Amino acid sequence: MTAAEVVKAIQGHFGDAVLATKEHLGEHTVDVNLDRLHAVMRWCRDELRFDYLVDVSSLDHLGEEPRFEMVYELYGYSHGQHLRIKAKVSEDQGVPTVSDLWPTADWHEREVYDMMGITFDGHPDLRRILMWDGYPFYPLRKDFPLEGKPSEMPDVAFTGVAPLEGGPFVTCAGGQDTIAREPRAKRV
Amino acid sequence: MTALEPIQRTDAAYDSKIEGNVFFTRLDAAINWMRKNSLWPMPMGLACCAIELMATGASRFDISRFGAEVMRFSPRQADVMIVSGTVTYKMALAVKRIWDQMPEPKWCIAMGACASSGGMYRSYAVLQGIDRLIPVDVYISGCPPRPEALLEGLMRLQRKIDKEHSLIEQKKELLEELA
Repeated sequence: MTAAEVVKAIQGHFGDAVLATKEHLGEHTVDVNLDRLHAVMRWCRDELRFDYLVDVSSLDHLGEEPRFEMVYELYGYSHGQHLRIKAKVSEDQGVPTVSDLWPTADWHEREVYDMMGITFDGHPDLRRILMWDGYPFYPLRKDFPLEGKPSEMPDVAFTGVAPLEGGPFVTCAGGQDTIAREPRAKRV
Repeated sequence: MTALEPIQRTDAAYDSKIEGNVFFTRLDAAINWMRKNSLWPMPMGLACCAIELMATGASRFDISRFGAEVMRFSPRQADVMIVSGTVTYKMALAVKRIWDQMPEPKWCIAMGACASSGGMYRSYAVLQGIDRLIPVDVYISGCPPRPEALLEGLMRLQRKIDKEHSLIEQKKELLEELA
């Protein structure tokens, strides 16, 4: 079974829930509807034998709707194929957890929650994992300045603003061409 | 074969060959001499600098040549805190707390770019230098510094301790009361 056949099988089984498919440099990506995400993931694990969840990450398309996008990387040890599954999420939506399918998703989803602020429905222990409980921001969002924002939690932790001095530079999200997306120093 | 000439010392005169005999020195010099040659480090290893710190402690570079081999993992027994690595905001207050637990007199070495200034991490998560929280005696450049650099920093700290008015500083409150 090749990854292309896997993509065809998903399309055949889920029909309209598959919004788009993409092949780039031998990597196959399937965009699915968020409502059917959990069903697709379960089917991938049980029927298509993707027994290893390599990574869970997220994207912030600031200025677009829906704003966020979940990215899941799957691998099957028995057939050696990779598959990427994506689902768009708007700001007020929760994502169904896949930690019931792959226990490794537990901490991955906590990291996504910590850095991006996406919530996961049905997650057994949705707490921050890198920053401390009570930290008020989501640092990997595009509207969060790279130099940070000050925050204060007496006797727990605190943050200040790091001097950027004109750099390093941040990619400008939502630009129409590469010139508009050119990384530039930003002050928020 | 003639006996070797005794080494001339100006700060404190000690010769193991005349142990039991009397020798004269200033109390400051004696205290400083004892302190600087038995600095017990509190290894605050937070990132890759800690690997160089370990190398400094191991046989090739051998920090015990300078009397600082007794790494204490309890701050109550330590004299010098070697902050080696990136201090994140989440870790910063823990470092400060351990520093507060160390008894006086105490010194601090900021080892490497991160501990000195935040280094390459101009970001939301990293404290821009441990000197924002605790007083630093010696800064060591490098990313990470080589063990020789740490030893140089240690020797500079020893030179600094040598110049301290340890007795007056220690009895400051008593002397003020008497005066």
